[in-house]
Amino acid sequence: MKFLRDTLDKLKEDFEKGGKWEKYYYAFEALDTFAFVPNTTTAEKGAQIRDGVDMKRLMMTVIIAMIPCLLFGIYNVGQQHFLALGQVAEFWDKVLIGAFQVVPIIIVSYAAGLGVEFAFATFRRHPVNEGFLVSGMLIPLVMPPDIPLWQVAVATIFAVVIGKEAFGGTGMNVLNVALTARAFLYFAYPVDMAGEVWTYIPEGAKAVAGYSGATPLAIASTTGENAIVAFNAFGAGWADNIYSFTNMFLGFIPGCIGETSTLMCLIGAFVLVVTGVGSWKIIISVFAGAYGMGLFLNLVGSTPFAMMPAHYHLVMGGLAFGAVFMATDPVTATQTETGKWFYGFLIGLFTVLIRVFNPAYPEGIMLAILLMNVFAPLIDYFVVRANKKRRLQRATV
Amino acid sequence: MGKFIRLKKGFDINLAGKAALKLAVADQPDTFAIKPTDFQGIYMPKMLVAEGDIVKAGSPLFRDKRNEKIVFTAPVSGEIVEVNRGEKRKLLEVKILADKSIDYLPFTKYSVSEIPRLTREVVQDQLLSSGVWPNIIQRPYGIVADPAETPKSIFISGFDSHPLAPDYNLLFKGQEQFFQIGIEVLKKFTAGHVHLNVHSEREISPVFSQAKGIELNKFSGPHPSGCVGVQIHHIDPIGKSDAVWTINPYGVIQIGKLFLNGVYDASKIVAIAGSEVVDPQYYKTYTGASVKKFLQRNLKQEHVRVISGNVLTGTRIGKEDHIGFFDQLVSVIPEGDQYEFLGWITPSSKKLSFSRAWGLFSFLNYNKEYILNSNTRGEPRAFVQTGVFEKVTPIDILPTYLLKAIIAEDYDEMEALGIYEVIEEDLALCEFVDVSKHQVQSLLREGIDLMLNS
Repeated sequence: MKFLRDTLDKLKEDFEKGGKWEKYYYAFEALDTFAFVPNTTTAEKGAQIRDGVDMKRLMMTVIIAMIPCLLFGIYNVGQQHFLALGQVAEFWDKVLIGAFQVVPIIIVSYAAGLGVEFAFATFRRHPVNEGFLVSGMLIPLVMPPDIPLWQVAVATIFAVVIGKEAFGGTGMNVLNVALTARAFLYFAYPVDMAGEVWTYIPEGAKAVAGYSGATPLAIASTTGENAIVAFNAFGAGWADNIYSFTNMFLGFIPGCIGETSTLMCLIGAFVLVVTGVGSWKIIISVFAGAYGMGLFLNLVGSTPFAMMPAHYHLVMGGLAFGAVFMATDPVTATQTETGKWFYGFLIGLFTVLIRVFNPAYPEGIMLAILLMNVFAPLIDYFVVRANKKRRLQRATV
Repeated sequence: MGKFIRLKKGFDINLAGKAALKLAVADQPDTFAIKPTDFQGIYMPKMLVAEGDIVKAGSPLFRDKRNEKIVFTAPVSGEIVEVNRGEKRKLLEVKILADKSIDYLPFTKYSVSEIPRLTREVVQDQLLSSGVWPNIIQRPYGIVADPAETPKSIFISGFDSHPLAPDYNLLFKGQEQFFQIGIEVLKKFTAGHVHLNVHSEREISPVFSQAKGIELNKFSGPHPSGCVGVQIHHIDPIGKSDAVWTINPYGVIQIGKLFLNGVYDASKIVAIAGSEVVDPQYYKTYTGASVKKFLQRNLKQEHVRVISGNVLTGTRIGKEDHIGFFDQLVSVIPEGDQYEFLGWITPSSKKLSFSRAWGLFSFLNYNKEYILNSNTRGEPRAFVQTGVFEKVTPIDILPTYLLKAIIAEDYDEMEALGIYEVIEEDLALCEFVDVSKHQVQSLLREGIDLMLNS
């Protein structure tokens, strides 16, 4: 690796102060530090040694936690595709068609987002932050599989510029970047983000007789009878029992690319919690909030959706994905440990509330998290105030 | 009766190269130096000697310009060979070429039975004029104690939980009588208690267990349980108008020697430790000793970082420089100015981390002794990760919020969030674990300086 290091060292001179490409120093630095952890040493006074962890490693851990969701998502795009067309296909055919749909979305998301990051780093003269390594993977996982690629690019650019850079970059943003991208598309191009967009059916192809692309959330909110009965009746003839509880838990259902499988999300949660990178308090409390609200609605509700058994809420839609990967974003979540309990619980609660009572939005987790992103500083404010109060009270005793 | 405080939060850093429990036979260093930069709250020290002057052990070298009673004295007798100044003529170091046998400036000598009858004024004058006084540190802010202040209590931490920390049993062996006299002198300054804090799972030195007139408190748990600021927080926390004094057992013993022997005895035992030291062990020398002779032919390689103090709070010094006033440890670790190819993703069992993130395995084996170098292991970033500082800070403060208040220079917030309760060492672990690589300690000192000057 000495050759690469020497080459970089030689190039570096041109990018440093006074060099001919001085302007692009931070773009170069990003690539340089990507290849090599820099040779900087600790200050003269203070901690002389540092922990082996850095931001890149932290972000990498989150990406590793998302891999099960990604791989399953790729397979499931193919699975739903062939199911809708009424064809029987081999495992690798499903993976191939899924990869054919998903990989371009990932590439576009990273290219657009990193493009903006590098541009801002150059104009605003700050280092390229690693935050987008995660956002760039989260965005594809919350997109429908047949989203036009230009929409992915537009949403990503919007999210990074307005959602993050406008606030000063990674660490300063108020809203979760990936969800900002998702929300942007939801409000700007509702036709492409709602209804029967969750299964990839190429133009000109004909769906199997009796096919419907309705999601469990849509069924539960529109059905006039018992939601479970409606689930069981769905898919008769072309995809029997597709909306059984087990199937929803495993994730063999239409939906966003990475969010359908609760099981894969739980594997991701396991990685995040064991590594300590994601807050287990938030993950648990989101599920607890959703389940608690579901139970409460069972007691007082009257519509079929309200009367649906509470545990179904946990496997439907993007709740699990949101709880594990979105709500735990440390920048936009509450920063105090006590606050994390309230933050997560309210996300779960609002998700179910929005699902059941808001006829316009079939999915609640996105809006619930964005709402709580905004309220996170308020929760922290009260936690911090309690800490200050304890200190004051102690002084007067 | 003393209290028992169980601490859970924190992190023990287990480094290779701990000092063996033996005293080396070695020549005394040629030079000794006193560095005004070792002391907080000292303004524009005024020189009292010039190059070429001959001093005795206990002769004043310089004084605090604002509080002229506080003088800093020579640890050994000899000739002033160098007065180093930095930018704006800031005084950095007064260097003494030591005599072969030390000549002591005489101070008043007392018998054991006389000491209880001495007044605060008498002992204070002797402590100040002898140069023993700067051992006493005042909280808030960790400054050299103000002689006009009456502290509500005095705290002594009877163990050091830092990485490679010296063993207090060895350092203070046989000093029971001096320690006891030191305690009696200190008790004249406070109406409150003198708290002596020991670790429940470590062997307690007879110097501490036999001490009378103190509150003996026990602590358990990992570092920073040995930091006196953490101990104060749990026993007698500091509020806005409070003052608490802290002193290392070394200082207490030095007070005892001053009153019983009538000399400023700056002899101390220092551990020379760290992964790059061939023979890590203890040396008997004097305050401010040059490390040159201790490191000669005692280093495994030349590309090392020599640290006066421990690896969490210490100061980098050169291979011929002098040990800091308060330090009883010199740590020598490899310098870390190397690039590491894809070092942010490659798994490694050699890196120590509080985190369990991808590829870091040290959580599987904290008992292993690690060889760590001075690399920052990443680049500075904005605050992103949350909740980690709290896990290594066993006191009820919110470090991130406090640090942000300092950055914002918000005095009210700093006060409300507890800046009176902490100094650098209390939050040093935050600096170690910080994924965003902030310089937490120097930031905290900036905040303290803001408060001090407001």
